Amino acid sequence: MKEKGLEFIRTLDRIAGLNQEYVVKIDEDTNEKYGYLPYERPTELYIRSGLIVLDKPPGPTSHEVVAWVKKMFGLEKAGHGGTLEPSPM
Amino acid sequence: MLPIALDKATRVIGILMHSYKEYVALMELHDNVDSNKVIETMKLFIGKIYQRPPLRSSVKRTLRVREIYSLDVLEIEGRHVLFKVRCESGTYIRKLCHDIGLLLGVGAHMRELRRTAVAHLTEDLNLVTMQNLSEALYIWNRYKDDTLLRKYIVPMEYIAAHLPKVLVRDTAVDAIAHGAQLAVPGIAILSKNINKDDTVAVMTLKGELVAVGRALMSSEEILKAEKGIAVEINRVIMDPGVYPKAWKSSKDKPQIQQAMN
Repeated sequence: MKEKGLEFIRTLDRIAGLNQEYVVKIDEDTNEKYGYLPYERPTELYIRSGLIVLDKPPGPTSHEVVAWVKKMFGLEKAGHGGTLEPSPM
Repeated sequence: MLPIALDKATRVIGILMHSYKEYVALMELHDNVDSNKVIETMKLFIGKIYQRPPLRSSVKRTLRVREIYSLDVLEIEGRHVLFKVRCESGTYIRKLCHDIGLLLGVGAHMRELRRTAVAHLTEDLNLVTMQNLSEALYIWNRYKDDTLLRKYIVPMEYIAAHLPKVLVRDTAVDAIAHGAQLAVPGIAILSKNINKDDTVAVMTLKGELVAVGRALMSSEEILKAEKGIAVEINRVIMDPGVYPKAWKSSKDKPQIQQAMN
């Protein structure tokens, strides 16, 4: 199981342009009974643990777009990773 | 582009708040200027610059310092200058254009702006439109087919992809989810290059993000140590109860004693 987990971790490193080496402190596997490999989360949980890299239309503000996405998916919470300011312009 | 965190992922997205941003902007000069002069003048803005936030902004309008990491002119056509800028969070590009115009002596303003990256999250990574999303959601709701949704949404772990990683044993996960610090015996695998005080991602052996914290030991120290707190947890991401409870709270002790009697 942990080989699949490590494969995912390497995918993350690749996305961020990292070339990290890993060292093992305790050689132990993970029980498939608990949690999920991130790509194998059941659909609802996959959505609720998800990130969207949105091609934002230029008109509306970031907050407006987030509100739409929240409503579309029927979520309680959503947030964006832009700036604190309403517009960087 | 705009990274949007859904529900549980909202807990993670804050770690990108203060990281660098990259934009492509179109600036219009108010008079003709020699291209080389434009390029040379813009180079002067690389490094630390002073900016006063514009009238239409939500922050206090006091002079502040922001760093421009890179500034590259992509194309100049007449009075139009297309450029790419990588800058510190909270830099106003409209203001930057205005100031470039002042230094050139002709005046300038920003015509168009597009964000191309927030930290390591770039436009090249799975960029989706509102139409894509609504289509994917329709197919999921109507036909219970989530293929498109899974294509357009990526796991929240992507947000913390740039951090060094500490992978913990199943038995350590729930304690952290309950707010405990990460002690050395809970660690299974770790990035080799962790320095003390680095921000690290604490993950399960399946690759799930459990928490984000600050390393109190370097990788080397963690490997040598047998006990002690290795990571001070700042932000817990995982819900309690996902992994089994393998730790004992003070509340449990009397019960155990009772059971032994």
